[in-house]
Formats: sequence, C-alpha cells, structure tokens
Amino acid sequence: MSHQLPAIIVVLPLVVSFFIFFSGWWVQRAGFPLAIGALICCVLLSIGILKSVTTGGAIHYWLGGWEPPWGIEYYVDHLNAFMLVLVSSLCLFTAIYAKRTVEAEMPGSVALFWCLYLLLNTGILGIIVTGDLFNLFVLLEVASLTGYSLVAIGKGRARFASIRYLIIGTIGASFYLIGIGYLYIMTGSLNMADLRMILPPLYETKVIQAAFVFIFIGFGIKIALFPLHTWQPDAYTYAPSAVSVIISTAVAKTSVYALIRVIFSVFTLDFIKGFLPVFDILCWMAAIAMIAGSIFAIVQNNFKKMLAYSSIANVGYIVLAIGLAPFCTQGLSPALIHILNHAVIKACMFMAACAFIYKFDLWDIRKFAGLGRRMPFTCFALLLAILAMIGMPPSAGFVTKWYLILAILDAQKYPFLIFIFVSTLLMIVYFWRLIEIIYIRTTPVSNPSDLQIAEAPLSMLIPSLIFGGLTFAVGIVWMTGIITPVLDAVNSTFGLGSR
Amino acid sequence: MNELISIIMSKLNYWIYIVLMMIGLYAMIAKKNLVKKIIGMNILQTAVILFFISLGAKNKATIPIIIHGHAAESHAIQATDYINPLPHVLMLTAIVVAVATLGVALALVIKVFQQYQTLEEDEILAQLKDE
Repeated sequence: MSHQLPAIIVVLPLVVSFFIFFSGWWVQRAGFPLAIGALICCVLLSIGILKSVTTGGAIHYWLGGWEPPWGIEYYVDHLNAFMLVLVSSLCLFTAIYAKRTVEAEMPGSVALFWCLYLLLNTGILGIIVTGDLFNLFVLLEVASLTGYSLVAIGKGRARFASIRYLIIGTIGASFYLIGIGYLYIMTGSLNMADLRMILPPLYETKVIQAAFVFIFIGFGIKIALFPLHTWQPDAYTYAPSAVSVIISTAVAKTSVYALIRVIFSVFTLDFIKGFLPVFDILCWMAAIAMIAGSIFAIVQNNFKKMLAYSSIANVGYIVLAIGLAPFCTQGLSPALIHILNHAVIKACMFMAACAFIYKFDLWDIRKFAGLGRRMPFTCFALLLAILAMIGMPPSAGFVTKWYLILAILDAQKYPFLIFIFVSTLLMIVYFWRLIEIIYIRTTPVSNPSDLQIAEAPLSMLIPSLIFGGLTFAVGIVWMTGIITPVLDAVNSTFGLGSR
Repeated sequence: MNELISIIMSKLNYWIYIVLMMIGLYAMIAKKNLVKKIIGMNILQTAVILFFISLGAKNKATIPIIIHGHAAESHAIQATDYINPLPHVLMLTAIVVAVATLGVALALVIKVFQQYQTLEEDEILAQLKDE
C-alpha cells in the first residue's frame, strides 16, 4: 500500500478541486470544507510517506505500471518526504487562515478560489514527488498558471503584477524546457535516476553544459534569485492575502527544492567539478541577494513589499547554503534547515500583515502606530517571528545562522561571514523600525474607539499564533536533533557531508 | 563562405529555432505593448516546440506504426525506419501548456485594459506613479 501513497497525494487534491468547481454551482459554501478535508488527508499521507521512507527506504511508484526509463516514475526519498510534510502542512494552515479573507476579498467566487487553490497544491505536491524531468515541467506550469491567476484576483496593481509575473515566469519555464531538450538529445532519457547513470561519460560535452545553464537560469527565475527577481515584489504585495502567504512560502520553497533536486540528483557534483565553479558563483549571487534584498526592504513603506524584499534576501541565505554544500561537512543541512525555518517565519509575518489589511485596511508601515495595543495577539505573533528572523536564540533563525556560520568556517570561505553579519544588521534596521512604530510610537487619539482591542477573527489568529510559536519551537526541535537523521540521510544520498 | 553555409545547413533546424527564440525574447523584452509581449511569448514557446519536433526526425523514416514501415513484412523491425515519436508526444503536452498560458495571459490583458484603458506598459507605469 505505502508505495502508492505518492500518487494518491497528487491525485487527491486534483480530484477534489473538480468536485469543488461543480459543487460551486449549487453551494458556494461547500468549497471550504471539501478543501480542508483534502488538505488534512494530504498532511496525513505525507506523514505516512515520511514514516515509510525513514523505515523502509525510498518509495518508487510507476505510473500505469510502465517501467522507469519509458514510463513516468514517482520517486520519494528523504528529501522529498521532508518537503512533502513541510509543504502540505503549510497549505493546510494557510487554507484555515484564508477562509475569512477569501470571503471578504472575493465574495461570490469563493468556490472558484478553492478550486484554484487545490490545483496549485496539486502542482507543488507533484513537483516534489515526481522523478521525471518532463513531468516536473508540466507540474511546474500547473503550479505557475494557477499562481498567476490567483495573484490577479488581488486589488490595485495585482493584474499588472500578475501579467509581468506570467511573462517572466514563462521565459523561465521555456528555458527549463530547452534544457530538458538538450539532455534528451544526448541521452534519450527523461528519468532523473536514469539520467544520473547515463550522463557521466557526457559531462565534458558542450550540450550537457548548455543544458545545465538553461535549467539553472529557468529555476533562478522561479525562485527569484537576485538579478532575476523583478516579478516577485509586486506579485507578493498585491496578491490576495491568502495567496501571498501560500506563494511566499510553499510555492517558493518548492522551486528551491526543484533546483536542489536537479543540481544534486541529475547533474551531480562530479559534473560540476569539471565545469564552471558553479558553487562559487551561487555563493556570490546569494551574497549580493542578501545585501540587495535587505537594502530594498529598508526603503519600503508598504509592509507586504518589505516582506517580499526580505524574502529575496532569505532566498539568498538558502542559495548560499546550497553553494557551500560541497565544501563543508554539514552538506545540505543548513539549506534544508533554512527552507523550513524561513517558510515558518515568513508565513507568520505575511499572516500578520494580511490580518492588518483585513481588519483596518492598513498597508503603510507609517500608519501602524498603536497597533500593538489594538491587535495584541497578532502583533505578539509578528514580534516572535521578527525575533526569530533576526536570530535570537533559541529561535529558528538562530539555528539557521549558527549552521551557516559553521558551514562557512568549515568551508574556509570567510568573506561570507561579513555578508551574513551585514545582512543581519540591515534586517535589524528594517524590523526595528516596524517594532518601534507598532509598540512604542503613540499618536494623538481623536476617537476613543481607536484604543479598544479589535483583534482578527479566531480562524486567522490561531494559525498566526501557531506559526509564531513554531518559530521558536522549530529552533528548539533542531537543537534537540530529532530531525537530524533525515538531514544526514539526504546528505548521504547526494554524497555530501564528507570531504 | 561555403564553409559557413555548410555549417548552417548541416544544423538548419537548430539555427531556425535559435532565430525564432531570439525574435520571441526580443519582443518580450523590448516591446512596450502587452499584446506584443504576449505574441513574443508565443513565438518563444513555438520555437521550443519546433526544436523538440525536429529532434524526432530521421532521414528516410516513416511514421512510427509498425505496418507502415519500409518492407515491414519481409524483415525484422528496424528502429531507423521509424521517426522517434517521444518528442512529438511530449510536445502535445507542451502545446496544451502553451495554449493555457496564452489563455490566462489574454484574460489578464483584458482585465488590465479595463483597469487602465491602455495596453502600453509605459503609460500604465505612468498612471501607477500618479497614484
């Protein structure tokens, strides 16, 4: 039974999204319970997959019973299982959070929203489980297309932001497709495990090297790596609340996963040794992203836009960790740790930002004065997330920075210590400004009702508080070392972690 | 000169795909009109599709159905007698993806036009600056 779970986890949200579409003609309200039911099943399935992978090794599922080099294979090892649990639980909590904002922001088309939302989840869960490069392209486009249309639902500039996102995203997807084509010319295969075996004698050829560059740039656009990030701030800012939360966490992290999978699982380290110093390039691009993202974040007055630029800086942290992976004994651990940590922290921050918009229609940081008194619990969750992002022990951000610094010292690439230090300082600058306005600054009160507590509804508050608590809980869990065996297993499958 | 021509002619399908792709990318980057950008996007996607389709071609090969092969009755089936169907099948999917992308893009363009009464990117940006 357990070997069929990877297929079920993709098919389930797909089927339910069709049910929601048709049931939406009669009962708009049916969308939410159906979606939540499907997502709870996905979370349970992904936990089941993680258990089965840790006890019984990787799962192979052949779609339609066709053997791998010819048919599509779904393949789940420790890395996928870890990502599945992370992404499916993010989707579930975001859905619970989204209920009230969706009803407020798109009355009359609630069912259609849930239909698209589940299709998006189909796409990202599919990207994670698939072991076939072309299947990955199709699912990437399923996720991207639903992403474009979900972003466009927002107010103001959302439609314009969405069409820019669409044009740049399509360039990325086409580049990825060209890369696959080059690999296919040389090998005649699209299966990741098969390619890994066929490629070694071809490592020196120009075609394979060009394929790598195309695929790398394609994913660079999708993860918004610094010079390729131009679509990202507007799309994150003007998307509807629920969509900002999901695309800044689950979707962004899935693309990072795909990049890791293609670099380490298809091309492998041996290819890159004979090619350009790819990992050094990654490190320097990441360093620039860390500084530039933080500097852009400082000058923003729009809270969501500030968070979007902060995401660019944090993608820099993850990519820096990927770039350091072959040089240090920690391997990919810092990257995976920050993927989880940043998803939790950024989810909490976007949830708080969207609660402010839901309750008071507040976008501008300069008008946040007194919010600490009016929405104490939301602001408390936000405060926890900010402290975690800056890296207060024992929070999640602290663990990230600790591991990254260990990795840098181990790899003896000392200049990057300065970049981490400077970007942390810049982070403190823009987040301190926020804390100062929310908690300390007071404004003359004209209306006594402005002083009363006006908290967000419980369905929005509880997910924010859960994620706020998780930002510290996750840090403590990393320190106890419960999840470390999973990370070690990932490193050993990729041949990382020992020089 | 002859060498140059022979270099180009020996890999003509790749050259055509590169040229088409560059036209598409140019339109997406340099044109200000959103519909022209979308046309560029479609040219880019078509270039990739043509590139894949040309991968499957072989000299003197026929469609990959066994009974249609050259002298299929008399001797064993040779892979060289048939074109490679896999890239074509892949491109069926990619065409569907391209059409879906085009649909979403055109729907968005209509919405953008309703909001700003123009499709020129610089005019929209100017309106956004005034806000």
